[in-house]
Amino acid sequence: MNDHIVRSYDQELTELSDKVSQMGGLAEEQLGRALDALQRLDMDLAEAIVVADAKVDMLERNIEELAVLTIAKRQPMAQDLREIMVSIRIASDLERIGDLAKNIAKRTTALKEDRPLRIISGLGRMGRQALQQLKDVLDAYAEGDAEKATGVWRGDEAVDAMFNSLFRELLTYMMEDPRTIGPCTHLLFAAKNIERIGDHATNIAENIYYLVHGEQLDEDRPKSDVTSETAIDYTVANNS
Amino acid sequence: MAMAQVAVEMPEVEPEETFKMLGRGVNVHYGDKQALFDVSLAIRANQVTSLIGPSGCGKSTFIRCLNRMNDVIEICRVAGDITLDGRDIYSPKIDAVELRARVGMVFQKANPFPKSIFDNVAYGPRIHGLASNKTDLEAIVVQSLSQAGLFEEVKDRLHAPGTSLSGGQQQRLCIARAIAVTPEVILMDEPCSALDPIATARIEELIDELRKDYTIVIVTHSMQQAARVSQYTAFFHLGVLVEEGETEFMFTTPRDQRTQDYITGRFG
Repeated sequence: MNDHIVRSYDQELTELSDKVSQMGGLAEEQLGRALDALQRLDMDLAEAIVVADAKVDMLERNIEELAVLTIAKRQPMAQDLREIMVSIRIASDLERIGDLAKNIAKRTTALKEDRPLRIISGLGRMGRQALQQLKDVLDAYAEGDAEKATGVWRGDEAVDAMFNSLFRELLTYMMEDPRTIGPCTHLLFAAKNIERIGDHATNIAENIYYLVHGEQLDEDRPKSDVTSETAIDYTVANNS
Repeated sequence: MAMAQVAVEMPEVEPEETFKMLGRGVNVHYGDKQALFDVSLAIRANQVTSLIGPSGCGKSTFIRCLNRMNDVIEICRVAGDITLDGRDIYSPKIDAVELRARVGMVFQKANPFPKSIFDNVAYGPRIHGLASNKTDLEAIVVQSLSQAGLFEEVKDRLHAPGTSLSGGQQQRLCIARAIAVTPEVILMDEPCSALDPIATARIEELIDELRKDYTIVIVTHSMQQAARVSQYTAFFHLGVLVEEGETEFMFTTPRDQRTQDYITGRFG
């Protein structure tokens, strides 16, 4: 709804949401390419991703500056104020997503030697799920669709579940054959990064809900990442 | 004035004792033109209630009903129920002059009498017989000026004309004058619209102070000011009370689209 008496105010708000969408597109692209680089163990692509992260960071700074300037100039109220606050928060989540994607890309180098391709494919599935979550939540932002955002919010459980099973799988490999500890640790970190990306998409979903309704989504967050409480049981590995 | 109870929607949980003043089904006509339509609004004790809305929305008309300032306008007719501590202020038993001592008013443009600073403040207590001797009167003047945050600035020139003060000081002088007759409610009709930001900040600070002892109703065109100084906000549009509630929610998540449009600068 853009029909302020002062038209330049509309322009500023539009510019802000355009920038958030642009940043979202970039973060999504970075994640997609990082998953690709990992899957194909493509060093050049990984390198390009690391370089491109600077663009994501720069957009975050732009959004922040524009938001601060708009607040100072317009003293926004109600919906307008929420739009601006939310754009800052979403930009910060997207910046984190960019960093995590960059970190996934960096691990490609470490995995190049061992080529644990079978395990990587499991990671790819989880990555695509998180990527879909990110895509959906960015669509929800563009459309101002709180219901769609809530759907993404609920969907985070699937990413967490994949992370749990991957975590167990990687543990098993490491216990069976200590030579896999190196690559498996890298993959575990990559999986954790993807799990975190899912959490950031969930944050974004919460912000969209707040933007539309003016109140926080007050259900308990669906949470099924239990790996931090999972004990590592050596006897299982030794008996098998 | 009809004493008939008009059914109104009020937040059920609040006991009426917390309402210093209560308007129910207030309709105001200027001649043939209706200025207020069935307005029901509670003014809570020791809170600041701000009335906002575009020009001509009826907010000033409403505030002027609260101390019968509209009585002096011949073509103005007020219907409905307005109570102060549960008593109908339009009842024939109520003396309008006495009412205005209990419900004081500060206007948009500072309007000190063409008298000394001292006499401006002493005028009310004198005519209402609030001081029995000169010492008492001086005490009232000093206390009122102090409460209005002006005493320190004028203590050495209490006999200088009130009009020699700056705009912001004049407005605080008018507030001191209103306080001097120990009112219970202070109505302020755009008290800062003629003041610079510093003088405005002083008045806002003062409003916050005064809330401890008085109930305040303020009409303002500055949404930011309403958001800063008041605990309750009422939004008027075209003579209708569109929405009222806690200021915090009125400016972050208003329920009515018209309120949202107005406070975000989308009207018209």
